[in-house]
Amino acid sequence: MKKDNLFWFAIRIGLLGGIVGLFLSLIGMIEVFSKRDVIENVITLGDFMLLAIALATGFIATRTISNLLNQSKLVNNLMAGTLAGLTTGILIAAFVWLGSQINLRAVFLNASPALFDLLTFKRGAAGVWLLPEFGAIAGLMGALLFSLPEKFRQPITRAIIFLFGMALFSGLFRVVMINQSGNIEKLAKYLFGQTGLTLQGTIIFFVVVIAISMLWSARSQSIQDGFARLPKKGQTTIRVVLLALLAYIALGLPQVSGPFIAQVIVLVCLYAMMALGLNITLGFAGLLDLGFVAFFAVGAYTVGLLTSYGPFGLQHISFWVAVPIAVLASMMFGAFLGLPVLGIRGDYLAIATLGFGEIVRLLAGSDFLAPFFGGPQGIIGIQKPCLGTLGEFVRVDVPRVCNGIEFGGPKEIYYIALTGAILIAFIAWRLQRSRLGRAWMAIREDEDVAEALGINLIQTKLLAYILGAAFAGLGGAIFTVLVGSIFASSMQLIVSINVVSIIIVGGIGSIPGVIVGAIALIGLPELLREVSEFRYLLYGAALIMMMIAKPEGLWPSPTILRELHHEESELAPSKPSKAKA
Amino acid sequence: MMRTSFGERVTDWAVSGFLWGFRILIILIVVLGTFLTIRAGKYTSEQWIDFVVSGISQGSIYALIALGYTMVYGILRMINFAHGEIFMTGAFGGYFLATWLTGIGFMDKYPAIGFISAILFAMLISALIAMLVERIAYRPLRGAPRLVPLISAIGASFFLQYTFRGFFGPGVYAYPRIKALDGDWAIFGVEILKVKIIVIVAALLMMAILYYIVMFTKMGKAMRAVSENKDVAALMGIDVNRIIVTTFALGAAMAGAAGVLYSLIFRQVGFFMGFTPGIKAFTAAVLGGIGNIPGAMVGGLVLGILESVGPALFLESVGIDRPYQLKDAIAYIMLVMILLFRPSGILGERISKKA
Repeated sequence: MKKDNLFWFAIRIGLLGGIVGLFLSLIGMIEVFSKRDVIENVITLGDFMLLAIALATGFIATRTISNLLNQSKLVNNLMAGTLAGLTTGILIAAFVWLGSQINLRAVFLNASPALFDLLTFKRGAAGVWLLPEFGAIAGLMGALLFSLPEKFRQPITRAIIFLFGMALFSGLFRVVMINQSGNIEKLAKYLFGQTGLTLQGTIIFFVVVIAISMLWSARSQSIQDGFARLPKKGQTTIRVVLLALLAYIALGLPQVSGPFIAQVIVLVCLYAMMALGLNITLGFAGLLDLGFVAFFAVGAYTVGLLTSYGPFGLQHISFWVAVPIAVLASMMFGAFLGLPVLGIRGDYLAIATLGFGEIVRLLAGSDFLAPFFGGPQGIIGIQKPCLGTLGEFVRVDVPRVCNGIEFGGPKEIYYIALTGAILIAFIAWRLQRSRLGRAWMAIREDEDVAEALGINLIQTKLLAYILGAAFAGLGGAIFTVLVGSIFASSMQLIVSINVVSIIIVGGIGSIPGVIVGAIALIGLPELLREVSEFRYLLYGAALIMMMIAKPEGLWPSPTILRELHHEESELAPSKPSKAKA
Repeated sequence: MMRTSFGERVTDWAVSGFLWGFRILIILIVVLGTFLTIRAGKYTSEQWIDFVVSGISQGSIYALIALGYTMVYGILRMINFAHGEIFMTGAFGGYFLATWLTGIGFMDKYPAIGFISAILFAMLISALIAMLVERIAYRPLRGAPRLVPLISAIGASFFLQYTFRGFFGPGVYAYPRIKALDGDWAIFGVEILKVKIIVIVAALLMMAILYYIVMFTKMGKAMRAVSENKDVAALMGIDVNRIIVTTFALGAAMAGAAGVLYSLIFRQVGFFMGFTPGIKAFTAAVLGGIGNIPGAMVGGLVLGILESVGPALFLESVGIDRPYQLKDAIAYIMLVMILLFRPSGILGERISKKA
């Protein structure tokens, strides 16, 4: 391949990097992130992101070119990286120049003077000339990073990513650690500043991560071997000790972390429940349900109507009695919706269920059914769960007295949610390998063959639907007591999309994957205000990228992994992939 | 051996019983509601005409959007979930041009040219974005199982929505007032808003142009060939990739034009405006028979009219309070019913339930 052609590659990657940078600027991400520092008073998160983009273009350009040439020559690498970074810098500089000439703000809300100030590192017009230089330097660093031997490259990359994560979470860690007394508080103040890491904190984290990462890559194999060489009994003991430790942390966590983090964990648990439910219908049985929120709504409304002391309360029974009823109601509703729609084939099923979900929301929020469901005003005054005896119902809008332990706030409901999530994960795990679970997977692979093997399609699909609904219903029931009220407007399609995203990102059909997905997609945005503004943008991007690059998910189920990479390993031309649904 | 167990027979009965019950319920509501409404005579015939005209103008917009769904489905057998968002991008493109033209006074002087250029600009923006989406989110997934591109399309839909939210903010922009479009025209002695008539005429014109392109040009012939059989079309020397991109661009251009027409009626644009019309247009496409271009037009009009007339005709007299809140529910119920009972639509050829 000719040389100038290769440089064209570098420029192209640089341009792509520049476009990504411009995109992030225009949607306002750079500006929002600039309010947070990576290293206090040295570099903001926004600057860090811009530099990281230039660095990444340098890295990727170098990698692409050395892949094309089949060799990694240092001079070539450095030139390619610098060129890519330079291009990125020039593109952003051109944008800044354009912004100073015409008023871009008439169209783009975020093309504000503040943004241009950030992009030029607060140096005004002179800063425009700095951008290409910074870009080139960052690109050069990216190229250098690529040229390093594998042994160093990985730890450094990890350390940079870790620093980014630490900077995002620094405020959170700081608050939690300062709540403790003594040395922990001092340590927190030493490592974390008001807005980001302190300089010494950065250096310490950087060195520690590199050291651990290098040690781990050198030692991990021998540690695993050592574990495998232990006698069976010893292995069990280690597992039990680890589990006990985990349980101890889980039980004590809300008391240490305070109500905010407890609430986030409750939400993660609730979404994990829903995702485990949808994982049965989508992951095991291959039925995409975009109206999954309907079952959540049924669970929520059942508990609300049965326990509320507000004007719409019907029965005033205790939460513990209402929950099984709510789960049962969701299951019945699952059967009710499942019966008609299950004859519809794959992609149409997704749209039909979406329609059902929207119908449920519209009906629940309409004035037509307001006498039953409260209409747009919703149901309020939901009795908190009470472990002990519940006082008599006096009159409307007066909560009943709880003689015993009341699960009043997120710190207490945490235990209910965690128990529910563990229970559901256990059930899902047992179902997966059961006769029913295998029947679901057979249907997912090929309906006709499954039917020929004597599996009743309608019954089996219906069971997947009903069980998925039950899980979502339990989630809805717990959600109701967490919030204390229900509004039809919170039963949006976006909830269903959240659940689908969790499953896709975590790993379709994989139970640990779904739990990891719930933590990553629900927990992180809740904890980070900066990210939560862009969460749906990121979900959308994640769905596309996962489908293209890693359809098996972050923590894939072994079956799905085998299926997806089955055809690649076959040398003979394989038959065209069959539709899943 | 084809012995079915008792349990299986019970499920089968339950399914068919349920479906019949559902049908009977819907038919009952429609017949009873219509009968009672007509007897009550609450609305004058002028009001009914107004409902129908509103329905047609709304329906012709649905039809324009539905064309994109139907063309893409015809060629790739995929539901382009992000198509509603393409419609939204067109509305934004038209909005910015129209605001600018109004600002410099051009729109007041030459309203026709201004209006047409807003539509053309919206079509261009929509087509460009649709081509980008196709290149990034769909093309790498061609030939994958059906659900895979659908999920990618859902991702693209949310990505576009929240990109526009980031670009232009979460608020709603008021559409500039085009003075030439104010007022009524009298047709058959009934005063009808000018905007509605212009929307209907523009939409019909666009559809006619599209129909001409698909049926009578070489490009259209190639498109039909690709939708018939990709491999054979490729053997005949047709560049399949180029045809697919063109299809996306054409469908998107129709959606972009629909975006301008929609915002003429509703007078506002916002990042979330694409979702509901998108789903309804999909309903229209399925109603007419997906993959079928005249079907999408018919489906759009039928859906628009039903949605506009439905609340007053069927629901109000059955005792439903504030039936207009359930306008969207009518469309969704239609969607579910078509998918259940006649997935091949009104004009569509019979396609088997299994892919």
